[in-house]
Amino acid sequence: MNFQLIGINHNTAPVEVREQMAVPESRLADALGKLVHHPGVEEGLILSTCNRVEVLAQTRNGSADLRSFLHGYFHLDPEKFAPHLYEYRERDAIRHLFRVTSSLDSMVVGEPQILGQVKEAYATARAVGAIHAQLDLLLTRSFAVAKRVRTETAVGSSAVSVASVAVELAQKIFGSLKGTHVCLIGAGKMSELAARHLQAHGAESIFVANRTYERATQLAAKFKGEAIHFSDIYEFCDKADIIISSTGAPVAIFRREHGERFLARRKNRPMFFIDIAVPRDVDPQMNKLDGIFVYDIDDLQQAVAAHTADRQREAERAEAIIQSEVERFLGRLQTLEVVPTIVSLQDHLETIRQAEIDRVRGRLGELSPEQELAIETLTRGIVNKIMHTPISTLKTAAREAEATTVVDVVRRLFNLQEREKEKAKSSGTAGDQD
Amino acid sequence: MPVLWLRIALACYAVGLLYALVAITRTSDLFNRIALHAAYLGMVLHFVSLMEGVFLSDHIAAAVVHNSESVLGFLVMVAFLLVYAVYKTTSPGIVVFPLVFLLTFVAATGEQPFLQLTPGVRSGWLFAHIVLIFAGYAALILSFIASLLYLAQERSLKSKKAAGILSRLPALQVIDEIGFRSLLLGFPFMTLGLITGTIVAQATYGHVDLFDPKILLSVLMWAVYLLLLYTRWNAGWRGRRAAYLAAGAFAAAIVAWAANYFSTIHRFAQS
Repeated sequence: MNFQLIGINHNTAPVEVREQMAVPESRLADALGKLVHHPGVEEGLILSTCNRVEVLAQTRNGSADLRSFLHGYFHLDPEKFAPHLYEYRERDAIRHLFRVTSSLDSMVVGEPQILGQVKEAYATARAVGAIHAQLDLLLTRSFAVAKRVRTETAVGSSAVSVASVAVELAQKIFGSLKGTHVCLIGAGKMSELAARHLQAHGAESIFVANRTYERATQLAAKFKGEAIHFSDIYEFCDKADIIISSTGAPVAIFRREHGERFLARRKNRPMFFIDIAVPRDVDPQMNKLDGIFVYDIDDLQQAVAAHTADRQREAERAEAIIQSEVERFLGRLQTLEVVPTIVSLQDHLETIRQAEIDRVRGRLGELSPEQELAIETLTRGIVNKIMHTPISTLKTAAREAEATTVVDVVRRLFNLQEREKEKAKSSGTAGDQD
Repeated sequence: MPVLWLRIALACYAVGLLYALVAITRTSDLFNRIALHAAYLGMVLHFVSLMEGVFLSDHIAAAVVHNSESVLGFLVMVAFLLVYAVYKTTSPGIVVFPLVFLLTFVAATGEQPFLQLTPGVRSGWLFAHIVLIFAGYAALILSFIASLLYLAQERSLKSKKAAGILSRLPALQVIDEIGFRSLLLGFPFMTLGLITGTIVAQATYGHVDLFDPKILLSVLMWAVYLLLLYTRWNAGWRGRRAAYLAAGAFAAAIVAWAANYFSTIHRFAQS
C-alpha cells in the first residue's frame, strides 16, 4: 500500500488559480495516460471539478514525485503554485479521499454532486486501465463510506446546493420568478440542476444553447424548453433574465460590450449571470455594469457557506465515521498483505510433507487403507500443529501496525521468497503484468 | 389643542426613528413590529390632530396651510403604510421615519409662517391645490427613497455579501416597482396640483405671472418629474441614474417650496 495524493481545492486556491489546472473531460484520458507513465506511479486517478483538482496514485514505493507531474503536465511555475498544493500519503490520503467523496471537504458540506463526480473520474480511470488493483479497492470502499455517511448522518439531508442558492439570489433580484426567462449556455449537470430549481420556482421558459445542437435539443426537451443555435446566443440572450453558463470555452464568451448591448435592448432591466464554468465564461468586468449581476462559482459557494453553520454538528459525526472507516480499510489492506504469506507458508509445508511421505513410502511396503489414512492424518496433524501459531500470529499482526515486520520474519525464517521465485520460474510466466 | 395630539404622534414617530437608526446595524422582528404599530398609531393621532386643526379653524384651506409640514409628513406616512400593505416591506422606513419625524417635529414645535390668504379666493380650489401638490411631493419623496434603496440593494448584490439590513431589503425588482409606481401615481397629483394652483392664481390676480420665481420653479420641478418618468418609461433608467434624477426632482421640489419666501403671489404673511 503506497497511496499518494496531491491537489488543490477551493480552500487552498481561488478560481483564478484552479482554472489553470482544470482538466477538461475530453483530455482526462490523455492526462491519466501521462500519469501512469510517470516514474514510480502504478495506478492513478484524476479528479477535476470546478472546486478541486486531485491526483491520486498508487506508487511503487511511495516515492513518486507527483508535484513534478503536475508542473510538467500543466506547464506551471512551481513557485507560484506550491503554496496552493496539498499533499497526503497513506492514511492521510485515504482519509482525504473518504472526506472528499462523502462531501465533507466540499465548500457546501453535504452537497450530493461530488460523489457522482468521483464515480465518473473512477469510471474513466478504469476504462483507460489506470486503475486495476489497490486503487480499485480504495475507491470502491470510498463510495461505500460516502453512502454510510449519507445514511447515518444528516450531513446531506438539508444540502443547500449551489442550485438553490442561485434561486435565492435570483429571487433577490427579480422578486417572484414567475414570468422570468432562463437561458442555459452549455449543458452540464450543475446547470441542469439550477435550471430545474428555477423552473420549480416559477421560471416561465427555458432556452438551451449548446455547441452541439442535438444535445441542446435533448436538454430543451427535458424542460419543455426551446433549443437555440450556439451562434445565436448574442442575439438571443437579452430575452433571458437569468443566464446560466457552463461551457468549456477557454476564454470568456460574455464580455462587457455584450453586456452593454443586452442592457440597451432590454431597456436596462436587470440580468443575472450564473457562471459555473471553470475557466469562467463571463468576464468579471460585466459585474461593473449597472443592472448586470454576475456570480461565478466561488461567489455562489460563498453565499452557500453562510447557510452551513448548523450542519457543523452533523459533519463532526461524519468525521468520526470516516475515521473508523479509514482504520477498517487499513486493517483490510494489511490482512490482504498477510494472506499471500500464509498461503505460501501452507504450500511450503505441504510440499515438505508430501516429499517426506514419498521418501519413506517405499520402505513401508504394502499398507492397508486404514494405515494409509493413519499416516495421512498423522503427518497432517503435525504440520497443522506446527503451523497454528505462526498463522495466528500473522493474522493478529495484520490488524496491528507491525504486520510488515512479522511477515518479513516469517518469510525469512521459512525462506519463502526464494521458493516463490523458483516456483515462478518453473511455472513460466506467472508474473502480475497485464 | 391639535398640538397635543401632534406631539403624541411625534413620540410614536420617534419610536420609528429609533428603529431606522438601529436597523442600519442590526435587525429584529420584534422591533420591526413595534415600529410598525407605533407608525400606525402615530398616523391616526396625526390625522386627529389635523382634523382638529380644521375644526378649530374657520377656514379649511387656512388650516391646511398653517400645518403644511404636518400635512406633508402625514401624507408621506400614509404612502409608506400603503407600500407596506401592498409589498409587506418596512425597508423604506429607514428614510421615511426620520423624514416624517423631522416634518412633524417642525410642525409641533416651530412657529408657522402664515400664508396670506386673499379674500375672494375660492377656498375649495386652494384646498385641492395644496392637498394635490403635497400628495405629489409625498410620491416624489417615496420614489426618491426607493431609488436609494435600489442603490443599496444593487450594491449589496454586486458586492456579493448579504449582511445586516441589506439582506432584508425587498427584491431589486420590487423596489424598482415601488419607485416607479409612486412616480406614476404622483404625477397626476402633481400636474393637477399645478393646474389648480394656476386656477387659484387666476382667480386671485386675474392673470398668471410666468416669471414669478414660485411658478418658474414649480414648472421646473414638474419638468424634471416628467423627465424622470420619460427616461424610466422609455430607456428604463433605474438604479444610479434614476436616483440622481429623483434627487434632482426632489431638490427642485424643495427649492420650489422655499420659493414661498420670495414669491409675490405665493407669499407668506409677515409674522
